[in-house]
Amino acid sequence: MSQATVSELTVGMEIPEFQRATGLHNWNRYAAVNYEFVDIHMDDEAGKAAGYPTAFGMGNLQWSYLHALLRQWMGDEGRIIRLGCQFRAANTKGMIVTAHGKITAIREEGGETIVDLDIWTDNDSGKTMAPGTATVALPRA
Amino acid sequence: MAKTNISEAMQAVVGGELSRGTSFPITDSDIRRWAVAIYYPEDPPRLFWDADYAAQTSYRGLVAPEEFNPFAWMTADGPRRASGGHNPDLTEITLGIQGPGLKFQLNGGSEVEYGVRMRPGDVITSVRSLAGYSEREGRLGLMLFTESQDQWTNQNNEVVKTTKSTLIRY
Repeated sequence: MSQATVSELTVGMEIPEFQRATGLHNWNRYAAVNYEFVDIHMDDEAGKAAGYPTAFGMGNLQWSYLHALLRQWMGDEGRIIRLGCQFRAANTKGMIVTAHGKITAIREEGGETIVDLDIWTDNDSGKTMAPGTATVALPRA
Repeated sequence: MAKTNISEAMQAVVGGELSRGTSFPITDSDIRRWAVAIYYPEDPPRLFWDADYAAQTSYRGLVAPEEFNPFAWMTADGPRRASGGHNPDLTEITLGIQGPGLKFQLNGGSEVEYGVRMRPGDVITSVRSLAGYSEREGRLGLMLFTESQDQWTNQNNEVVKTTKSTLIRY
């Protein structure tokens, strides 16, 4: 992100989305790096037994998508200061999951531009899945 | 006396250590695999896999994605012991007291503050402790909120991150 772009940021502005079509290809890869081999994330029958139509993805992967959203926007020199979210809905098979961010505050602190954002993931029906907030420091030119 | 699920014994163990662990040294491949998995099916940023590129950034070398977990598969403490599974009283059992005996539990979310980045060669130590209890009436009755804090430090005793997590029981 260039300094010119930083100066153009305004409260209420939405940052570019991070989107993934989700299913076993994503979840199996995530299970393999996070050692998260749980039946509800691998087996439709286990997902159904838990009350969902299919197996469903890890909350931790939504957490990663929210981080990837901020990294994609800021570039390598941006810094995530804090991030929090809740997990409110299951990511079942085939869902398109989109991570969003909306700027809620901008301030200068210690020579850095600090930005607060509302962040969230939703599915292709528009249902919010993991709402949260984040604070980032944007790179200097 | 008001109805509560927070006993005197529970109040007395606030601040108690729930778990502690140390990672094996993080490798380039651990970081690369994590990044490939997270960004699939697109390519991950070069900062996570291209050492020559990363050397030109302000990090002067590869770093891990902030949410990278160096404790997956096995920690330096050896193979995992059987955990308490999904017993809702696991927090209190770990601290040697009786739990409130509530039936249901939900992940109430997490909030993390980041410090220094994790890099290849780092050895991370996690110390998780009980930060506190609170409760309030909810749609499903009296809800017990248990907050735990997990602080990660590296081999130089620099804070990598501090995570506060909320467990909801009812």
